[in-house]
Amino acid sequence: MAVWADFETNDGADGAEVRFSGRLTLARMGDLPQRLDELGPISLLDLSNITRIDTVGAWIVTRTMHRHDAKVVGASQDAQRLLDALANDTSEYRIHGDRRPAWVRMLEQLGTASVAIWNELLGIIGFFGAMVVALFNQIRARRAIRWNAIVTRFQTVGVDALPIIGLMSFLIGIVIAQQGSVQLKQFGLEVFTINLVGRASIRELGLLMTAIMVAGRSGSAFAAQIGTMKLTEEVDAMRTIGVSPMEAIVLPRVAASTITMPLLGFYASICAIIGGGIFCWIGLEIPPLTYVQRIREIIPMTDFWIMLIKAPVFGILIGVTGCYEGMQVRQNAEQVGKRTTSAVVAAIFLVIVLDAFFAVFFTSLGWN
Amino acid sequence: MAELIEPEKFDIAIKVRGLCNQFGDAVIHEDLDLDVRSGEILGVVGGSGTGKSVLMRSIIGLQIPTAGEVEVYGKTLDTIVDEEESRDLRRRWGVMFQGGALFSTLTVAENIQVPLREFYPRMDSELLDEIAAYKVAMVGLPNDAGPKYPAELSGGMVKRAGLARALALDPALLFLDEPTAGLDPIGAAKFDELIRELADTMGLTVFLITHDLDSLYATCDRVAVLAEKKVIAVGTIPELLATEHPWIQEYFNGPRGRAASGSNDALTRADRKS
Repeated sequence: MAVWADFETNDGADGAEVRFSGRLTLARMGDLPQRLDELGPISLLDLSNITRIDTVGAWIVTRTMHRHDAKVVGASQDAQRLLDALANDTSEYRIHGDRRPAWVRMLEQLGTASVAIWNELLGIIGFFGAMVVALFNQIRARRAIRWNAIVTRFQTVGVDALPIIGLMSFLIGIVIAQQGSVQLKQFGLEVFTINLVGRASIRELGLLMTAIMVAGRSGSAFAAQIGTMKLTEEVDAMRTIGVSPMEAIVLPRVAASTITMPLLGFYASICAIIGGGIFCWIGLEIPPLTYVQRIREIIPMTDFWIMLIKAPVFGILIGVTGCYEGMQVRQNAEQVGKRTTSAVVAAIFLVIVLDAFFAVFFTSLGWN
Repeated sequence: MAELIEPEKFDIAIKVRGLCNQFGDAVIHEDLDLDVRSGEILGVVGGSGTGKSVLMRSIIGLQIPTAGEVEVYGKTLDTIVDEEESRDLRRRWGVMFQGGALFSTLTVAENIQVPLREFYPRMDSELLDEIAAYKVAMVGLPNDAGPKYPAELSGGMVKRAGLARALALDPALLFLDEPTAGLDPIGAAKFDELIRELADTMGLTVFLITHDLDSLYATCDRVAVLAEKKVIAVGTIPELLATEHPWIQEYFNGPRGRAASGSNDALTRADRKS
């Protein structure tokens, strides 16, 4: 008894007569479909010798029957039942999405992406507005501020981030001092390394690096947490109970990141200055006392104010972007990952764009 | 190449002997025996936590039993060393999980093609598409369901898509874990009908875990009752009704049981079979 599906052909008047044998099933199909395709016109399909047939076998037979307008004979009761099930349904079934030329799809993607970015920006601005309204409502209705939630977030966004942000800023301070001193040495002005480290850390780098770190650590966490809550319908449950998700989820997070950013930024700047100081002490033999004195002389108070003005803005931006992206999660778990990524990317990008604006703005104010 | 399994040669498709399952201190099964005959639809019922899903997972090798033996078509999964042999056994069954367990990043059609691609990597894509379309039609999904993602489907359609994927390899053995849970009564009744129809057309052996009394009456040839850590009774519904066991009596003769038996004539299934 033949085990694998097979067939033999006899030439008939209108074309080949195909006699199948063996088990016409998916598991024993082998290369039968290909060999069948290679045949010329077929007039007859004989199933009387097969030992078994399954849906795939039935499909192959039906397909060949339609292509060659052939007749099927010798089907057993089981086979006939399968063939009948196929014959009854002649409607077209779609299997793939649309298939268009690559350049059309590329153009479409470009367009869709541009519109998506624009919408995302509008969405973030709109979300910020909704958040301000929610805050206003909360204050007007004299509902208690959720201090517990804020403090918990404050812990994860701020306190837990201290070691990593401290270490990062410390190292950046060393790098600025080291690279700066190499350049300044050419003019014999190593002592200005202190100016470089001090002003760069307080005015720009300390805060900027902190913002990037917080966006990566906490902005992503906000998006992922809220996204998961959306998926498990926690957010909807909250709404039905009458708790505003804006008040319960978003405001505490944004509040925490807003309060944390100035503190973390200042802390990061100090760590960078300490790092720079240590390099100056060891590498340039500037004693710490001189270093501290110089730092106090050269850093204008305006640098400090600039940092303190920028920090909460960055904090709001990171918090709002993270929460907004989290709230946009719909449908499936894959979205959580996507939205988390775009929360981080959007937050870092917007922070840097805003930072550029701030730099131009404060310089034209004369805060050099 | 190892000798391929020929399911139709077996009268008993699944043979479970002395199965024990234990999680920490919690004993789920103790010395459990069960036979599933070829070509029957066996309903498995039991209270919550009696280990219906664990039993299914033990049979398909997702759960390694503490003790005992599970034979599917004469083979025991944990003693098979040959990769070919275990693949051959695995493709004899299709499993539909409770939540459908469709891969969320793939479309319905791609979901159906996953097992085909896995077991028949050289199959040409045209035939793959045709088979997917066929299965979509077979389980009664609408024409345009193929390119849709699971998230775009309704609960009933997810179940049907899950069934289509379970049937992708034309298995001889079908495991269904609460297929009608979460469906509305009309959808559930249609699903029952679909299972019955497919089982008849394709000569399937079905292992059906359910809580749905209507499903039991409408589809099952025999019912196995899980309680007290073992299968306390197996038989047709009239046979079970004749037993004295209090849980069985309460289950079938409780208010819901009586309602279900009223709407479905319990004898029709047995009659159609004989």
